[in-house]
Amino acid sequence: MIELLPFLKKLLSTSGLSAYEGPVRHLIEDAWRPLVDDVHTSQVGSLHALKRGTGPEPRPSLLLAAHMDAIGLMVTGIDGDFLRITEVGGLDARVLPGQIVTVHGRKDLPGVIVQPPSHLLPPDNRSGPVDLRNLLVDTGLPAGELGRRVRIGDLISFAQPPFELDGEAIVGHSLDNRASVACVTQCLQELQGRPIAWDVWAVATTQEEETFAGAYTSAYQLRPSLAIAIDVTFASSPGSPSHKTFPMGKGITLGWGPNIHPGLHKAVKDLADRLEIPYTVEVMPRHSGTDAYALQVAAEGIPTMVVSIPLRYMHTPVEMVAMKDILRGARLLVEFAVSLDNEFMAKLSWED
Amino acid sequence: MKSLIQKVVETFGPSGYETHICQVVRSEIEALADEIQVDVLGNLIARKGQLGPGGKRIMLAAHIDEIGIMVTHIDENGFARFTNIGGVRAYNLPGGRVRFLNGAAGVIGLERLEDASRTPALEQLYIDLGAHSRADCPVRVGDVAAFERPFLDLGSRMVAKSMDDRIGVVVLIETLRQVPASPNEVHCVFSVQEEVGVRGATTAAYGIDPDLGLAVDVTATGDTPKGTKMEVSLGKGPAIKVRDAGMLADPRVVNWMVKTAEGAKIPYQIEILEQGGTDARAIQLTRAGVPAGCLSIPCRYVHSPSEMVDTSDVENAVRLLAALVSQPVELG
Amino acid sequence: MTTQPSTEGIRLPRTGTSQIRLLERLSNACAVSGDEGEVRKIVLEELRPHTDEMDIDAMGNVLITRRGQGEPRLRVMLAAHMDEVGFMLVQNEDKEDGIYRFDIVGGISASCLAGQPVWIGRKHIPGVIGLKPVHLTTRDEVKTALSIDSLRIDVGPGNSGKVKVGDRATFATRFDRRGPSLRGKALDDRLGVASLIELVKNAPKHIDLLAAFTVQEEVGLRGAKVAAYAFHPDLAFVLDSTPANDLPAWDKSENARYNTRLGAGPAIYLADSSTLSDPRLVRHLIDTAESAGIPYQFRQPGGGGTDAGAIHKQHAGIPSISVSTPGRYLHTPISIARLSDWKNTFALIYAALTRLTLEILQAER
Repeated sequence: MIELLPFLKKLLSTSGLSAYEGPVRHLIEDAWRPLVDDVHTSQVGSLHALKRGTGPEPRPSLLLAAHMDAIGLMVTGIDGDFLRITEVGGLDARVLPGQIVTVHGRKDLPGVIVQPPSHLLPPDNRSGPVDLRNLLVDTGLPAGELGRRVRIGDLISFAQPPFELDGEAIVGHSLDNRASVACVTQCLQELQGRPIAWDVWAVATTQEEETFAGAYTSAYQLRPSLAIAIDVTFASSPGSPSHKTFPMGKGITLGWGPNIHPGLHKAVKDLADRLEIPYTVEVMPRHSGTDAYALQVAAEGIPTMVVSIPLRYMHTPVEMVAMKDILRGARLLVEFAVSLDNEFMAKLSWED
Repeated sequence: MKSLIQKVVETFGPSGYETHICQVVRSEIEALADEIQVDVLGNLIARKGQLGPGGKRIMLAAHIDEIGIMVTHIDENGFARFTNIGGVRAYNLPGGRVRFLNGAAGVIGLERLEDASRTPALEQLYIDLGAHSRADCPVRVGDVAAFERPFLDLGSRMVAKSMDDRIGVVVLIETLRQVPASPNEVHCVFSVQEEVGVRGATTAAYGIDPDLGLAVDVTATGDTPKGTKMEVSLGKGPAIKVRDAGMLADPRVVNWMVKTAEGAKIPYQIEILEQGGTDARAIQLTRAGVPAGCLSIPCRYVHSPSEMVDTSDVENAVRLLAALVSQPVELG
Repeated sequence: MTTQPSTEGIRLPRTGTSQIRLLERLSNACAVSGDEGEVRKIVLEELRPHTDEMDIDAMGNVLITRRGQGEPRLRVMLAAHMDEVGFMLVQNEDKEDGIYRFDIVGGISASCLAGQPVWIGRKHIPGVIGLKPVHLTTRDEVKTALSIDSLRIDVGPGNSGKVKVGDRATFATRFDRRGPSLRGKALDDRLGVASLIELVKNAPKHIDLLAAFTVQEEVGLRGAKVAAYAFHPDLAFVLDSTPANDLPAWDKSENARYNTRLGAGPAIYLADSSTLSDPRLVRHLIDTAESAGIPYQFRQPGGGGTDAGAIHKQHAGIPSISVSTPGRYLHTPISIARLSDWKNTFALIYAALTRLTLEILQAER
């Protein structure tokens, strides 16, 4: 029996930047293995876990995708006692000065991101925010030792330890998207002992933050009948536009737009209504910004849906979600999986 | 090798119009491969070896296309306006020379700029073919040209247009020549249309369905005055790519490349490129995914008419590539 | 001045009143990317009696096969996209007043929105995109470009119940034929859809005609990707529409960037941002046009993109080319095309299909 909050905190303390998800993948694999029938790793490092259904073969399958990669930094050069850096995934550099980090060299090293005094910066960057390429990481080590312990290409993760806020929120630097990984984990747990006709693939995808390599290739390999991407979305917070954000702790969001199959959306939405799970419809006019973008166009096309957990301060080291929303998402996924029968695909038509 | 490089870099072949360069490469490798075919988009694919126990199907890709330009309009005085094929930068063009597929040649001219401190847009440039009117202009809308510069041998350094990626093409040819038999099935893809979005490699990788893929392309350097900060320099060895703007190399592939270079005592550099992409991106996303990486040849002045590489880097690239594909691959 | 294309032994199907009526129905239908149902319905109605296989795939593409006779046969894919650019309601700002925030779907410039009527949802509920009166607007404001963010769709007080967040909206333009011109919204790509419907009805017998009425072209060529993967054809022709920017320059200087010219015939693509046309198909189209006496032009190379961009990269490569009917003011409330260009586009593709032989792909690129 996995305790969700401690598991999530472990996820948030384990490194797993895009393309380098190994450590977090092992953690997830250990958690999922007892809950499923088969686990394997894809050619580009995604984790595929299969819970076989009870229906007759050939069985349709539902794919639940939660990306396990996190954003961070990479060493581009060693400049005396300091490291030069670039980003992995998308960052606002204004959040970086003063952040504690872990440099994954030969061993993990603590470091801090520092902003040089302006007279040491190029003339065109002396006022306003400092560009990422002008920030440095100081590990406290002198140049010689630094050069022995760190190489170009080494990764750097945020080091803020996760913590709970009184109430029900949790803070951590890679809640995007470890919150969804926890959600899928909880779903697998609640599926124990429930009868499901369909096969369910739980997939922890790689590289969502960079190229969607995991989603494209896992969908191609597994060819599910339906795919749901579980990701985080923008929670309301000071200064954020109200039409693009959703209250944290008041429910999940259900995506709607070209990246989502309207029939699948309706089925999930109707179920949420029946279960009295609070949600908001999240309009996504173009790109959903999630794995669903890749899942939808794999091979001959897959009906896709996006279920999202509102998260404050996305892509900063102090991301915040409400545990309640993670549990709501899990419950919806469980009941949806259980509800799938052999008429679902026939009823999922485009004929209006 | 230098005469091969000269022949290859001086051959015409912008994206979509690679027939000539494809023929030149084909004649060089005809005797070296077990099987050769040209696919529907024009990729030249040469297979060497059959899959044996412990072997892998490896795809190597070097693109035969170069950047170029295509005529969009001929005005009444016979001047030709054009658009870019691939990443052509306006500031590299004024005064340059172009050669068209049909043999015509011209000079790139520039309108008078209101603000001389700003980089011109492509729309402010034109080609002067020495014509007097639309009627006697030797080219029409749709005609294609590449930049014209002869190969220049500076001894330890070589200069040409289209080192990107004809130097990679030569590395691949020389690797084909030198690589001994092994349990690996090596598919050398001389890919098309890389400069317009890695299109050839996308379809070639799908067709081959490899276990492992490496692009062989050029990368930038950080060793010129007040240049981009980058830890790659000419003459310090071929570069093992960790990431560029198009993809993150598979860490297992990077480790394998580093271990092989160290074991064979071949100098190498670690490369992070903040802009640009290669065929490796296309290979990585193929079908159910392919562990992919890239072996880069450091190159100054990429996408200018005078790209410069180091001769020893090229030779070491061949040595490293041959070492990589001639043994069973352990991706750990 | 339209000329009836000489047929050179090819009997061209008519493009007459009933075809124009079909185009009218299609242009007036609302089908924003991701919500192509209204156009899909028309396609299904028109073609049900004419197909060997008809399928609606996971993304809503309509995939139709008309099998030919004789062995071996070329498998030829034709694609036209059903979706148009439009809007989605994203927030109900004022329930009492009927004011909604919206976002665009596909490429629409904010400069053609203010003061336009729109239709919302399946029921085409009328609404407007308003603008603050000029009397209340400062001189500085008048000089500032409008942004989507500052505009709203207004369905009027009390009507909030008739529409909802997530509904799609389009320009409220009724199709109209004026002399030699066709006017309407979404001529990109209802012109192509209408032509493709006629091509399926008149499919040449020596090829397998694989018709894809695609979805979501305007948001990234998405439907065509999976349609081409499913069909796996030998080659593909895409019927789209492309801008004719052949307007006069302010100083009467030559317009060197017209893209295509209205009245100059179907536009054959040599290169756009998404595809470098297969040269064998370019030559085939030129030969066809010249031998059949059909006027044609080349779309100026560069920019833009069509479904061919997704199609040609599927499987191990699919030789592809696009042919478009030129239209002025595409992606704005009213587009204008010439009836003659539309007829000639159909004629060119029809003749090109009829003249296809198995040897076409055996030639060198």
